[in-house]
Amino acid sequence: MKIFNRVYTFLVFLFLYAPIFVLLLFSFNSTTSTSVFAGFSLKWYNQILHDATAITALRNTVVLAVCSALLATVIGTAASVGIEKFRKGAFKTAVMSTTNIPMTNPEIVTGVSMMLLFVFIGRGILHTDSVLGFGTMLIAHVTFNLPYVILTVLPKLRQTDKNLAEAAQDLGCKPLNAFFKVVLPAIMPGVLTGLIMSFTLSLDDFIISYFTSGPGFQTLPIVIFSMTKKRVKPDMYALSAIIFVSILVLLIIYNIVQQKSEEKTNKKM
Amino acid sequence: MNRRSAVTSRIVSSPYIVWAALFIIAPLFFVVYYSFTDSAGGFTLLNIQTLPKYLPTFLRSIWFGIVATIICLIIAFPLAYFISQKSEKAQRTFVLLVMLPMWMSFLIRTYSWMALLQDTGIINSFLGKIGIDPIHMINTGGAVILGMVYNFLPYMILPIYSVMAKLDYSMVEACQDLGGNGFNVIRLCIIPMSIPGVVSGITMVFVPSVSTFYISQKLGGGSFDLIGDVIERQFQQSYNYNLGAALSLVLMVLIVISMAIMNHFSEGEGEMVI
Amino acid sequence: MKKISAVLLALVFALLPLNCALAAGDADIEALRGTKLYVYNWGEYISDGEDDALDVNAEFEKRYGIKVIYDTYDNNEVMYSKLKSGGVSYDVVIPSDYMIERMIAEDMLEKIDYKNIPNFKYIPEKYRNLSFDPANEYSVPYTVSYVGLIYNTKMVKEAPVSWKALWDTDYENQILMFNNPRDAFAIAQSILGMDYNMESDVAWRAAAALLKEQKIVNPVYVNDEVFLKMESGEAALAPYYAGDYFLMKENNEDLAFVYPKEGVNYFVDAACILKGSKNKRAAELYINFLNEPDIALANAEYICYGSPNEAVYTNPDYELYQNEVLYPEEGAFKTQLFRNLSPESLALMSTLWDDVKNYIPAGNSYAALFFGGEDNIPGADAEKMTAETVKYAIYIGIFLLLVIAFLVFRFLRKRYRENV
Repeated sequence: MKIFNRVYTFLVFLFLYAPIFVLLLFSFNSTTSTSVFAGFSLKWYNQILHDATAITALRNTVVLAVCSALLATVIGTAASVGIEKFRKGAFKTAVMSTTNIPMTNPEIVTGVSMMLLFVFIGRGILHTDSVLGFGTMLIAHVTFNLPYVILTVLPKLRQTDKNLAEAAQDLGCKPLNAFFKVVLPAIMPGVLTGLIMSFTLSLDDFIISYFTSGPGFQTLPIVIFSMTKKRVKPDMYALSAIIFVSILVLLIIYNIVQQKSEEKTNKKM
Repeated sequence: MNRRSAVTSRIVSSPYIVWAALFIIAPLFFVVYYSFTDSAGGFTLLNIQTLPKYLPTFLRSIWFGIVATIICLIIAFPLAYFISQKSEKAQRTFVLLVMLPMWMSFLIRTYSWMALLQDTGIINSFLGKIGIDPIHMINTGGAVILGMVYNFLPYMILPIYSVMAKLDYSMVEACQDLGGNGFNVIRLCIIPMSIPGVVSGITMVFVPSVSTFYISQKLGGGSFDLIGDVIERQFQQSYNYNLGAALSLVLMVLIVISMAIMNHFSEGEGEMVI
Repeated sequence: MKKISAVLLALVFALLPLNCALAAGDADIEALRGTKLYVYNWGEYISDGEDDALDVNAEFEKRYGIKVIYDTYDNNEVMYSKLKSGGVSYDVVIPSDYMIERMIAEDMLEKIDYKNIPNFKYIPEKYRNLSFDPANEYSVPYTVSYVGLIYNTKMVKEAPVSWKALWDTDYENQILMFNNPRDAFAIAQSILGMDYNMESDVAWRAAAALLKEQKIVNPVYVNDEVFLKMESGEAALAPYYAGDYFLMKENNEDLAFVYPKEGVNYFVDAACILKGSKNKRAAELYINFLNEPDIALANAEYICYGSPNEAVYTNPDYELYQNEVLYPEEGAFKTQLFRNLSPESLALMSTLWDDVKNYIPAGNSYAALFFGGEDNIPGADAEKMTAETVKYAIYIGIFLLLVIAFLVFRFLRKRYRENV
């Protein structure tokens, strides 16, 4: 059973990482091909670091992911605290069903419907012909991130002891202080999961961004998609490889640090 | 609950409720509006009337979505279980490893699959070296389903895992004490308790699979359409927002219906687990 | 060759003080310093500093102090939809011929003040006043090229001379086809000897029928995947844009190129200024800049399409100087430009294209096994569509039945257990 377990896990991860190995391989290709490996070269790495378009797009992608994840986490956590206290009833059901919409709605419908809304607002209310841009993308990303935050925070809130916050208030803590000192630490794992989830989804999103993007703010997936007449060259692979390796390194460091701190707390105890 | 906290709960949740009304509910009205108007803005049923033509495309998309979802479920369930059995630190690492591929654009990852699946690609040249005839994989329905499974598998693994990680193992032990063998423990104990995760997973895989468009273009050879392709073409190529909106509306209704059925199954609280 | 252009560049830089002196005299250009210019162009369609070539946008910014905000799109229709949706606005855009005609007709383009584009002198007569912009008021050509047939010499028995090779059953599963309606229809129209811009239902339907016939060779509909598939020897034949052939040949020596005898599409992508541009003077400056000999040369060598700029194609140092594929002898084969089609024809083309893509030739599907259905029978298409529908309906039906059966089973078992 143990061997089956290991082999199975290995096979699934092989499947998940197979295209990434391909990507790493061809990022070192010496020619422009992404299907014929001609020889080893680092030129695409050199290239990508000097490619202003790609770097800007990468920056845009990260900025958008960070902003939308943070904003969604703040709004979503606050919303969860409120929703949790709602009495059971039609209103609560309505709010929860609405929360599920962005998750059950096909991305293409979300993207399209938001574009229609933005264009309507832009033309009808703001009288501008260039409403699409960072702002609209941020709104769109926050919107599809919100349900993920709420659905990770809510269960944690349910698990926390409601008397804790009240006890803190009875001891003279202001409600806001009570929240930050007592409730927030308790639900922190949920908040963090929601944050990471939002960041990941935002980073990976193409379809919604495709419809809501505007001048001067194209994210990496949009730039890649716009190469469909010419070609995707190994420089994009090199960029992905750089992203992959840097995240991997970050994760390893994070794990080591965490392990160390755990060891410390264990010793103290 | 006292009145003051009821007021507080309204206040803290109000930004979200305003946000949801503006950016979740309102856009849907635009989809409905465009579905029933023509390019000049007058009321018409013409868009709805052209829809039957796309019936085969709808059915194909739904079928591909079902197959991809079932495969994801079959792959993800045991993996989620195995991960949940590991030490807490290992669990954290594995979850991050599942999420890691998603941090690279899915366009690029789908692109690399082409190099893997081609007739002269990496898999086939490997098979050739060990003396097996090449298998034609790319540009088939199977390749599209593989692309869907690949891209959306993490969305199945994560919710199932998160439910399993929280399982009350005293229940499992009780089950074992009562004489359940390994298979029965899984069937009677673990499967029923992980249903909420499975339901979320199915939703999170089925919805994007049905509506995807890039995967079918790259791995399917473009010789058949999925509904996402058709919708994308209406908006980006043909500039026919009205037909595109009508197709989106139908897709949305279809998914809402299947999700309603799903939720009925789970007998849960009607909300998803991640 | 890259070295030579680098030397040329150095020369240009040596002359730069002179340029600056000239520019400084131009007060209105000086006033543009610090402004922004929004440019919307095809992906990978400008020299971006790869292989130490010139980074055109950075160079423009450096010279004029105008910030270039540069976005890319993947085809004409996407660009048009984005602009037409009313959510975005740009200053400079580089559409193809027929799209320029459409945008002029829909009043989306601004007239260019050619006084501000002295480098227009490099564009010879043959690239001026083309059918899409007859008085040449709106556009400055950026690239010109043709569609042709790329083939793998190792995989074809004899070198093809006709578009009909794409219908040859000997190459089943090895044929690629355009994944966009306009280019795909043009090939069928060439074979049928038709005008690409015919406004006739019958003609479009005839071309669509021919495209459906092609399904027996099981073509793969591609965009940029053509590079991957031709380079790796996956496919034997593919229609694509002439210049891209060189990029593929770099990775696969066996590839060759031919202009089929039935005639080909000739296309011109040209720089235009959009109506409502907030920085028109800078836009003209940019278009002029694109036509400076050294800049145009860098772009021509990067994109590998033909250049309409005389200073480029008469330059013996140009990598593709007098290249036969890019600059074929005039009149060597029949060429046609795309024109803007009427909304009716566009709608028809888009519907017919949906039909072509989803068409299944008889004998190639499970459905055909069940329902028979020969080709050439009127209404056979509709029948096949139904067959396809029925197939998936049956699959989904079986699935639903299984689910229902399971539910019923569970329900009954529960009842039974409760009773016991």
